[in-house]
Amino acid sequence: MAFVAFFIKRLLQAALVMFVISLIGFSIQDNLGDPLRELVGQSVSEAERQALRDEMGLNDPFLVQYWRFLGNAVQGDLGDSYFFKRPALEVIADKFPATLDLVIGATLIIVLVSIPMGCYCAIRPKDALARTVMGASIVGISIPVFLTAIFLIYVFSVNLGWLASFGRGENLVEILPGWETGFLTLEGLAHLVLPSIALSSIMLPLFIRLIRSEMMEVLEQDYIRFAWAKGLAPRRVWFLHAFKNTLLPVITVGGVQVGTMLAYTILTETVFQWPGLGFMFIEAVTRVDTPLIIAYIIVVGLIFVVTNTVVDLIYTMVNPTVRMVGAQT
Amino acid sequence: MALLDVRDLVVEFPTRHGTLTALSGISFSVDKGERVGIVGESGAGKSVAAFAILNLLSRPGRIAGGSITFEGQDLTQLSTQRMRAVRGNRISMIFQDPMMTLNPVLTIGTQMIETLKAHRDISEAEARRIAITRLGEVKIPSPEKRLDSYPHELSGGMRQRVVIAIALLTEPALIIADEPTTALDVTIQAEIMSLMLALCKSHGVGLILITHDLAVVSQVTQRVVVLYAGRVVESGETGRVVHNPVHPYTRGLLAALPGEAPPGARLTQIRGTMPSLNAIPEGCPFHPRCDYVQDRCRQAEPALDSLDGHLVRCVRAHELMAGQAA
Repeated sequence: MAFVAFFIKRLLQAALVMFVISLIGFSIQDNLGDPLRELVGQSVSEAERQALRDEMGLNDPFLVQYWRFLGNAVQGDLGDSYFFKRPALEVIADKFPATLDLVIGATLIIVLVSIPMGCYCAIRPKDALARTVMGASIVGISIPVFLTAIFLIYVFSVNLGWLASFGRGENLVEILPGWETGFLTLEGLAHLVLPSIALSSIMLPLFIRLIRSEMMEVLEQDYIRFAWAKGLAPRRVWFLHAFKNTLLPVITVGGVQVGTMLAYTILTETVFQWPGLGFMFIEAVTRVDTPLIIAYIIVVGLIFVVTNTVVDLIYTMVNPTVRMVGAQT
Repeated sequence: MALLDVRDLVVEFPTRHGTLTALSGISFSVDKGERVGIVGESGAGKSVAAFAILNLLSRPGRIAGGSITFEGQDLTQLSTQRMRAVRGNRISMIFQDPMMTLNPVLTIGTQMIETLKAHRDISEAEARRIAITRLGEVKIPSPEKRLDSYPHELSGGMRQRVVIAIALLTEPALIIADEPTTALDVTIQAEIMSLMLALCKSHGVGLILITHDLAVVSQVTQRVVVLYAGRVVESGETGRVVHNPVHPYTRGLLAALPGEAPPGARLTQIRGTMPSLNAIPEGCPFHPRCDYVQDRCRQAEPALDSLDGHLVRCVRAHELMAGQAA
């Protein structure tokens, strides 16, 4: 019962957030220039343009337009892309798997590297390796993603010729209808490695530092000292008693960072010519493809809201004390 | 032979501003099944002594001298592996604040069973059975259900009972209790203390009770060690020390007990405060606060003298004992 109440509360919050995002997203459109200029040629007269505007409803008051947009949106229709002449959501669905591949790749790197590194640096803070990692992580945080990306291309594709520098490659495997992934072929992987590293380059040092500082704080707690006093093996004290408590704040930050990572895909995909959402968004902006831009903003907002809700649910599973709080409110 | 024999134990904390000596050569012993109190104000070195025995000093603390002989082996010389076999197995510890002692994200059951499994080669079911028995012994209602509870579902008193149950799991020879009731409600303190006393007696386990409360010490322990600024200033049979305290510091501690004062009267207190470790006075470290101070107290630190079995570190011990000092 408590769980259902908690879930419904979260769902209402999510709906409110989506409403605000749609309002902001929709209100941008008037400031992006005249869509007619992109839609029709130079030869069309002003009278015809005005007629077209009326027909498209562009002359209606803002609230009327927004209400119409909202009505269509809840039915899954975010309008047609001016450039692709197809429903904007369809275009996004086409591009989505590429971005998903990239985000999964970067997340894997972040999880697999930051957890062992962060724990190591917390357990042996004075060790030479730990100091090196901490120093390097400062440098990593400070370098912008596009610089890292260009540097990676220069070293691993141009000079060494080991890995691909643009695109996803040809050999992709369709694992679900509409979802082709590069994870299952060598060629796909060769294309994935550099963009994934570039995308993870900001978040990885951040997570190493976060895990390290959280774990160092946990290791000072009385319950850790008590665990030592019980004569437990170091492995159990570090990786069960301390790590489980370290995870709580890391999960919260991690959820927020997924959204930030989506923002960074725009940079990464542009440098690597990666045919995903970020690249599509930049192109849509240059083409003033308003429906596609709005659809992108709404879809990214939705992803953000969904991941945060999922993170909250995971958090309640890891932290026994939160379940009570959820039940009471 | 004593169960635990601490000889000339020196504990130091090297810091940027020089080395602080938290314990400067303390000695005491605990016999099998004996209950010994260690008393003193905050900063006297009570907890440091407790953690030094288990070699769990917080960094950068280290044992710089002396020996800790337990069941025939010197704990200061043991390898990490062998020391781990002592911790939680032959010597258990009860911490001050039960709200902080149990891991918030693990169930009571997990935290009990892991202790048994760390020291015994037993099955999960067997470990569970022992855990339930111990929870019953500390008077926790429906122990089977409590195993699946998380610490936050229990009150402070209940949590301290769980900690006591964990301390008893492996049938240790010695329990070190570091102010086990300080963080609890006054109404629960006596309950927990008498529970501990009863369990120590019935299991024949030795106890080191660290506290600043001499009233508790006189109810629970057989011998008492009074620490001041990392030194033993008085020690002996609890009854003798409590009823005929010799060292002015011990007298001060006893006079400060609320029970000694008539209702409505101001409570007595020892003037001044415990010196910090980097500013220990020359001579007897207690002299700036002492009502019986003489010139010679400022010159040299007195030795720990034996007055037929009752140890006192004071140059005027004989006078004070005979009640002649003013």
